[in-house]
Amino acid sequence: MKILEVKNLYSSINGANILEDINFDVNKGDVLAIIGPNGAGKTVLLKSLIGLIPYTGSIKWAQGIKTGYVPQRMDIETDVPLTVKEFFRLRGPSITDEKIQETLDFVQLDKRLLKKGFGEISIGQRQRVLVAWAVLGSPDVLLFDEPTADIDIAGQESIYKMLYHLQKNLGLTVILVSHDLNIVYRHAATVLCLNRKNLCYGAPKEVLSTEQLQSLYGGEKVFFQHKHHL
Amino acid sequence: MQEITLPLLVAVFVAASASLLGSFAILKRMALVGDALSHVALPGMALAILFKFNPFLGAVVFLAVTVAGIWVIEYRSSLSLETIVGVFFTASLAIGALIMPEHDLIEALFGNITSLSTAESLISIALSIILIVLLMFIYKRLTLNMVSQEMAQSIGINNKRLELIFLLSFALAVALGIRFVGALLMGSLVIIPAASAKNIAKSLRAFMYGSVIFGVTAAGAGIYISHIYKLTPGPIFIIISASIFLATLLMRQIRIYS
Repeated sequence: MKILEVKNLYSSINGANILEDINFDVNKGDVLAIIGPNGAGKTVLLKSLIGLIPYTGSIKWAQGIKTGYVPQRMDIETDVPLTVKEFFRLRGPSITDEKIQETLDFVQLDKRLLKKGFGEISIGQRQRVLVAWAVLGSPDVLLFDEPTADIDIAGQESIYKMLYHLQKNLGLTVILVSHDLNIVYRHAATVLCLNRKNLCYGAPKEVLSTEQLQSLYGGEKVFFQHKHHL
Repeated sequence: MQEITLPLLVAVFVAASASLLGSFAILKRMALVGDALSHVALPGMALAILFKFNPFLGAVVFLAVTVAGIWVIEYRSSLSLETIVGVFFTASLAIGALIMPEHDLIEALFGNITSLSTAESLISIALSIILIVLLMFIYKRLTLNMVSQEMAQSIGINNKRLELIFLLSFALAVALGIRFVGALLMGSLVIIPAASAKNIAKSLRAFMYGSVIFGVTAAGAGIYISHIYKLTPGPIFIIISASIFLATLLMRQIRIYS
């Protein structure tokens, strides 16, 4: 079942075209990975999908679909006077302690974290808190903008495990911006290569040839397709 | 004691609303903008005095127009808000100082809460209560807006509208406080209690309560001490507030290094 249909999507910021003629669909329960070099418009695409920034063209969500958004970065001070629990409570009065507890289990976070300051937890923990925050709104689709340099490899790996777990257990559809092609190969049903235009779209092993990746990332040999991985 | 009961009440309520608002100004990191913003009230008050209408009204109108301007500029231009504030707001203080009749100038700059009439006092208290209720109603949305505009928007919060409401609340708080501490010191009434609370608070709740408690304590003590020693209340309030700030800063440093 189609949950999202994007046709002829254009987006510009301060007169500069960021996205040009983007087309793709997402099916229910799928994982769509958006990959591309820095400045390719990945975050812009994600934000257009949930109406955070203006665009032209058509973005059609299936009826009654709720989205949860996990931003790439957050510019907060380490001593911000806000506990993790209070951060969850900002969602509104419908957020009970039980709900928070249940969601923490989903993202594999210790409940002792609730008393900590939101600015003092590690970036990896914050990432999980943000995912939990999005999940608290019981979304059908989770849009996840991967943090680039802030998280170490082990941290990234476990975040993806957790996302995968959410997708399986809650039946969530996941749209994620990713930098890790290994992850894309292992978990994504479809991949969208982006460099302002859509350069490829399809199942990872079909569309992610070495040539394709070279043209996407501008000739750098960033990744080779290893047959035994597939 | 009886003659200062009403000014004391006004000071306590005005300080409570200003310091509650201040906690969000600190979260939004607009401490300096807020301080300079209060200077804009001066030309408004000066014109009000010249044309013989209520200075509070003059201040409110000038502040409201200014914050609406800030709001438009924030969304329409790429100019840095700090620059605009630094240039135009200090200029408006200068203009205000020039056109303000000289015998009213000191009072406008440093405030004098005992000069309020009973009606003005009651209106100040009522408006402060309204401001506190409004802020308590929107504080979750405000905090989320300050932590991440995108997440706020993703759950359907209208950031633009919320920011306008916040700026207008700021204008009201400044107009209310200006008779107490004056145009020059008003920013401190908003900022110092919240900055003090931030030194020691880890949770939002402690931060907001702490800010209000510090503001109210300094205001009450300020009125009382200035009454006993026959001094202007505004500067006394600021000195007490700053002392509280230093004490909390010390507590913070001790906590960090212990």
